[in-house]
Amino acid sequence: MQPHFIEFITVGFGLILLMFEAFTNGKKSEIGLLAATGLAVILAMLFCPAPSCCPVPEWMERFYSDDQTARFYKIIAVTSTILVLLMSVDFSKVLCKFTTGREDDSATGEFYCLPVFACAGLMWMASATDLVSIFVSLELVTISFYVMVAFMRRNVGSLEAGVKYLILGALSTGFLVYGIAWIYGAMGTTDITLYSSILESEAYHLNYLLFGIALILLALGFKVGAVPMQLWIADVYQGAPTPITAFLSVASKAAGFLVLMTILSPFLAADATGSTVSSILLIMAGATLLYGNLAAISQNNFKRLLAYSSIAHAGFLLIGVATQDYNAVSFYLGTYLLMTFAAFFVLALIRSEEDSDELEAFDGLGKRNPLLAFALTIAMAALAGIPLTAGFWGKFLIFKSAIANDISWWLLSIAFVSVAAGFYYYLKVVKAMYWNTAKDNTIITVPVITKVVLILLTAAILILGIYPQPIFNLLGQ
Amino acid sequence: MLLALILIPFLAAIGILGGLPARLTAVIASLANILVATYALSCPACCDGFSLQVLADPKINLSLGITGISAIMLILSVIVTLAAVYSGKCPEGREKLWFSSTLFIAAGAIGAFLSTDVFFFYAFHELALIPTFLMIGILGRGDRKEAAWKITIYLAFGSIILLAGLLMATMHTGSFAFSDLTAIPASDQNTVALLLIIGFGTLVSLFPLHNWAAPAYASAPTPVAMLHAGVMKKFGLYGLLVIGMKVAPQGMLHWLPWICVLLLGNIIWVGLVTINQKRLDLMLGNSSVMHMGYIFLAIAALAANPANSIAEPAAVLLMFAHGISIALLFSLTSLVEQKTGTLEISQLGGLAKKAPALAFLFGLAGMASIGLPGLANFAGEVMVFFAGFADWTPGESMDWVQITTIIALWGVVISAVYMLRAFRNTFQGPLVKATENAADIHYCEKIPAYILAVTLLVVGIYPKIILQFLSL
Repeated sequence: MQPHFIEFITVGFGLILLMFEAFTNGKKSEIGLLAATGLAVILAMLFCPAPSCCPVPEWMERFYSDDQTARFYKIIAVTSTILVLLMSVDFSKVLCKFTTGREDDSATGEFYCLPVFACAGLMWMASATDLVSIFVSLELVTISFYVMVAFMRRNVGSLEAGVKYLILGALSTGFLVYGIAWIYGAMGTTDITLYSSILESEAYHLNYLLFGIALILLALGFKVGAVPMQLWIADVYQGAPTPITAFLSVASKAAGFLVLMTILSPFLAADATGSTVSSILLIMAGATLLYGNLAAISQNNFKRLLAYSSIAHAGFLLIGVATQDYNAVSFYLGTYLLMTFAAFFVLALIRSEEDSDELEAFDGLGKRNPLLAFALTIAMAALAGIPLTAGFWGKFLIFKSAIANDISWWLLSIAFVSVAAGFYYYLKVVKAMYWNTAKDNTIITVPVITKVVLILLTAAILILGIYPQPIFNLLGQ
Repeated sequence: MLLALILIPFLAAIGILGGLPARLTAVIASLANILVATYALSCPACCDGFSLQVLADPKINLSLGITGISAIMLILSVIVTLAAVYSGKCPEGREKLWFSSTLFIAAGAIGAFLSTDVFFFYAFHELALIPTFLMIGILGRGDRKEAAWKITIYLAFGSIILLAGLLMATMHTGSFAFSDLTAIPASDQNTVALLLIIGFGTLVSLFPLHNWAAPAYASAPTPVAMLHAGVMKKFGLYGLLVIGMKVAPQGMLHWLPWICVLLLGNIIWVGLVTINQKRLDLMLGNSSVMHMGYIFLAIAALAANPANSIAEPAAVLLMFAHGISIALLFSLTSLVEQKTGTLEISQLGGLAKKAPALAFLFGLAGMASIGLPGLANFAGEVMVFFAGFADWTPGESMDWVQITTIIALWGVVISAVYMLRAFRNTFQGPLVKATENAADIHYCEKIPAYILAVTLLVVGIYPKIILQFLSL
């Protein structure tokens, strides 16, 4: 089987699911389980090493590469999609309420099929080595997300989120295409693998190139949620259905960072453009860290707090990109997946049960369901970066590369303050769960899928906190 | 075998959360730890260092081993843990949180001292963070929520600065093992030394980064206060001795004047603040901050002259002695509160009439804290003062360390003032309303106090019993 078939299979699977959903009458959430199972098979295919007899054919070579980093990000994409589908199955009550307005789930079928298309797009983005294929796959992902974000059509927040995401997303797509055009004009080709040799041979226009890079940085800054293109994140994350917020927060961000690294790596490595691009990235990183952390401190809505905190994480990752430590960034994203999904699973459950995303809904959770509270505590500890959880290793590696590359002390101080601020707002949730008393002390029952996933994720966070080597092995180190 | 020392409290804590009888499991775990520690220390060759590679690049191992200072810290940790599980009054129905948190903090402390890899040395210390936050916030007393936030944010901030310093220190060799620590290039030493001093200093409540300590110890439940003030604080000092001096000796020398001034801030300023305290628990919290100044004095003497052979043993002995004595004091204070219902010194009086055993033990602990000869603290303090003058010959002009030592001597007077006054007002004089109906401490409550008191006496009379481990 040739490597690029995997995306074709995923898209085909998505189409089959759509047909299945349209022409059968069963419970729609079963389609979600079916989709998750299919993607699990695809995940298994990803783990098998590529047979050397079937390399990428010559006509695809320019657009598609099947290296270890690409596989790692595909694993992130497929795992995120599976977790999103599982979360959606348990979230179906809320979905039905805000699509048809009644108990019946007839209008929610597509919700379980769209993530599969987004997944295919994300996988394609992971392998893309040409500006054009990056753009096409990015569009597949973004358009799928436009629909998913606005899916709960009877919920004003969801519609508002969809409109904001659409308009700002379209704007950033415009920036992206324009930037691609300028870079094509400056470099003479859209094939990224040729850029390092072109930069060495000096057969390019520096100013046009820098302009193109600036436009692309804006566009990709939108995707990952970096200042100055981060304003959409809080409202879109808060309004979108919780599984989609998780999907955006993890998979879309991971893919965005991969594209950022793919496009920028030749420019960061070259002498002519390296220091300029790196300085811009570091300034963006500092501003992003400040914005994300300061905004998160005052939040009383957990979903919005997670949104701002994801901006803060993007700030840390940008430091890693600027210092060209791509392994650290990939590792951070791998652990980020585990912690974020753990937090979102708990949030989705509380949203279903309590009809609220506010921090008050978490009051007294320690008494109402100790397992949930423990899982969320571990997730918050990992996001804050407490050692012996997986989340610490990411920050550790980023700090390590920052110090080794002589980053300015201003940025390091901002990073210090960010970590301390992070402790405050992440532990605010822990405080609510254990210090505050709940308004009503009924026990919350956790559905089976959520329970199993939470146990697995929490165990993974703790085990990887002591033994992170498996993720590095996946990265091929 | 060394891994067992960490796993026993850790697994016991998980077991307690899972439903095992809380108090019994905690006691068994701490006793088991003492047995294992005794075995490990009596036969160092039997317990080979444990090493498990967790990351290939950079090379980080979960490696454990007993070196000289860590052996003494290990003894301190296991003794204080045993005392801690017997101390304090656990509120009804909260045994799970109480005992499991205590064991988690103990596991973190032991792990930090046994680690021979910089990464896990740092990481184990943080294991205590969330249990402390929850314990102080939920089961503490007084201004507990504010105290819990203060300690958590301060320690987080100090830890991240410390992380930067440790990363810079290990950057040059690329290795995180203790055995690979060497002096780094001189150009970086000042920065690294500064980061380590600020980072470790926050963890040890060096003036002026000490604001978190007294409220936290006063509000914390007794086992947490005992473990934090007695054991966890020594982590920072241990780090400075083992990592700081090895990696940036010239850097430490460069910042020597600052270290001297700040440690005097601890001794004199915080000492005067302690005299002003009206509550027993706040007084003890501030006094523990004050005593850190003496240990810093030993470190300053070592920084001024790395060949000073008295400074390191002095620091270590005083760390051990202070840990035991402050744990004993916190344990007894909680007993005072249980018997009388108040810790306001003005509302107490004449307690010795009703609780003579408690008065005797508190007096012993108080005397130890002041530095009465025959008890462990005196041995440590006198060695620190000698270390301050070890490099000075009569006729030479006095340098920073000598002048600081002379000023630091007044700390003994300050601590005598507050401790004797507190003892007199609490235990002596006529009976008052709060102490009229107090009962003496009974058998169970005597166990932790006697363990700690006997340790203070034995080490005070024969310090070599502890110092012999330095040659391990």
